Amino acid sequence: MTAIQKNTFSSLTPAQFAAIGTAFDAIRNRMRADLGERDATYIRTMIKRQRQFEVAGRVMMMIPPVWPAGVAALSVSKILDNMEIGHNVMHGQYDWMGDPALNSKNFEWDSADTSRNWKITHNYEHHTYTNVLNKDHDIGYGLLRMSTDQKWEPRFLANLPLTVLLHSFFQHFVAVQNLKVEEVLIYKTKTGAQLKEEFKPVWKKMRKQLAKDYVLFPLLAGPMVPMVFAGNVLANLARNVWACAVIFNGHFPEDVEQFPESVIENETRGQWYVRQLLGSANFSGGKLMHIMSGNLSFQIEHHLFPDLPAHRYAEIAPEVRAICEKHGLPYKTGSFASQTLSTWKRIAKLSLPSGKSGKVSARKANDQGLAPMALAA
Amino acid sequence: MSATALRTSFISQGLRRALSSRIAATLAYPHGVDRYVESFAPTYSLSEVRAEVTALRHQTDDSVTMTLRPNGNWQGFRAGQYLRLTVEINGVRRSRCYSPANSVHAADGLIELTVKAHAGGFVSKYLQQNLRVGTIVGLSQAEGAFALPEMRPSRVLLISGGSGITPVMAMLRTLCDEGRYGSYRGQITFLHYSNAAKDQIYAAELTEIAARYPNVQLLRGYVETNQGGELNGRFCRAHLNAVPDYAEAETFLCGPPGMMKAVQKLWADEGLAERLHLEHFAAAPAVIDTANAEGEVRFARSERLARNSGGTLLDQAEAAGLKPESGCRMGICHACTCRKTSGRVRDTRTGEISDAGEGDIQICISVPVGTVTLDI
Repeated sequence: MTAIQKNTFSSLTPAQFAAIGTAFDAIRNRMRADLGERDATYIRTMIKRQRQFEVAGRVMMMIPPVWPAGVAALSVSKILDNMEIGHNVMHGQYDWMGDPALNSKNFEWDSADTSRNWKITHNYEHHTYTNVLNKDHDIGYGLLRMSTDQKWEPRFLANLPLTVLLHSFFQHFVAVQNLKVEEVLIYKTKTGAQLKEEFKPVWKKMRKQLAKDYVLFPLLAGPMVPMVFAGNVLANLARNVWACAVIFNGHFPEDVEQFPESVIENETRGQWYVRQLLGSANFSGGKLMHIMSGNLSFQIEHHLFPDLPAHRYAEIAPEVRAICEKHGLPYKTGSFASQTLSTWKRIAKLSLPSGKSGKVSARKANDQGLAPMALAA
Repeated sequence: MSATALRTSFISQGLRRALSSRIAATLAYPHGVDRYVESFAPTYSLSEVRAEVTALRHQTDDSVTMTLRPNGNWQGFRAGQYLRLTVEINGVRRSRCYSPANSVHAADGLIELTVKAHAGGFVSKYLQQNLRVGTIVGLSQAEGAFALPEMRPSRVLLISGGSGITPVMAMLRTLCDEGRYGSYRGQITFLHYSNAAKDQIYAAELTEIAARYPNVQLLRGYVETNQGGELNGRFCRAHLNAVPDYAEAETFLCGPPGMMKAVQKLWADEGLAERLHLEHFAAAPAVIDTANAEGEVRFARSERLARNSGGTLLDQAEAAGLKPESGCRMGICHACTCRKTSGRVRDTRTGEISDAGEGDIQICISVPVGTVTLDI
């Protein structure tokens, strides 16, 4: 990073926040005005490719010599469906097209999670309260300890193996994320009956996904039942691990900041932008990497402009970086490998009570009315 | 039906049944069968009406006549009804209503629409200038009560102005076809108004029909002089001298607002309102005043009405006791997106004002500009 980092969230003045807000708003407005056929063609081409990979993958899986290619193709199809298509369409990035098939209200994705629950935990909670403790459930998914401000409990000794588990069954963890299962199992703030009721629509979706991948398609394959079954397990696993890794890299490398709840009281638009900026990190890569990560390799740009078509983030990135440099704010990026390593280091350190990793914005009360943060651990 | 046609229809019905099955739905879950099939057969759909533009011609400088081949979901129409045509312009879907002008008996199953490009008409201009043969468009099923009754009236008077000719053209062509087959023996008068002969769509065909069918009387009125019409100027009482038995006719009227008003008044004054059937095709332009909060907010589905307070539609909905879905309240999460059926709104972030038509809006960052109707 070449920028001279001299500012933090608490050292910025209201005037600076306002200037940053105006600068980002200007990018957003310019991009919105420019949306058109190019974006429509992009997302439709992506969908076409996804369908081609899916059909090819499902067919090849039934033919022994090309079975590995079939697994690879179905994995790619599921990743495209969830990342570059589903995640982005459900953000409302293509609502302006007026196409019911590409509308955030109607779209369903190839995942155990219902689009409805996803839009609550992700679009609303995670994107509005990004990296705010107790508000952004993505911090640890109720399963892991991701910050020193999360009180240590003995169960967090299993932070690392639980992270592996979360990666492997990511779609199912995400599917039950909105149910906040830890409130029943650990904190007893929610009853089992409540949980059962909330699980009904989730189970309905899960059932259909399971029926498709593990019953119907294997049966269609006749003698190849076990191979097709195994192929679907692998493709779902590949998608789970990849999606989870991309998301973790976006918010949990060690230098990414987390915020106390007090920060969101009377937060201005400028402050919201800066929190998004400091709470996210990018990773570098080629065009293929960007597509396969749903352009979440531009996590910073995504958090600043969650409803702009994601394939535009690459165009915006230099401007965002320039704004950061102008105001002395960090623009966090690194290779996929280094960001992953940094994330796992943080998780490992936090499994112990003394874990001091995870940069915490321990701010002093200042003229912006930000309360100091009590360090719990 | 020939043997090949029978076989084709048998195969296509079998395919349709297979694709509509529960197994197909589970295999294609969650996207649905249509979303897979459309990649290689763009007009095919299990439920949606889609059509391919198969021919285009320009009858006048400012109009386009398109021929559409609808897919099997099109259920046909009654002469006079309209449909909603959806086209994508620069990535955005736009819908407008047009009346098919063809006979309902057209053996080829094609739909003919004629669109006149008018000055402020974004969609009509696009259709007139940019539509290409081969484009796939979306259609709704035919709608509207303005249609020839199943029991054909024995005396029919069709009055139209400008591009309002299209629904009555469908009536005329339908009745002429029925006359040729011998099932219709009534008298038809076709009274049409336009500015000048060069602007008149279907001019040549009307002349031909009048010459061919003795039961059709053609009366053309032009606003400009020396256009060769049977009548001069705009609609007036004197023009009806050419149709002495107009009081006995079922009259079908479609045209610009001024003309419609004049005809309606005359029919009402003479106690004939029941025999007059009409179709409005041009809405009066909305007047915008951004200075103060004006008008009202209508929540259609919950049947509530509130005076526009000038706040965001989400705030106003909540103030009215409604609980629409919402999330971030700052335009980020799109949880509050809902259908606006009419009216203009201003985006609080950009100051941008929407169009007055139907569309999805984020109500947490939308302020009504005048009266707005929401489907919540």
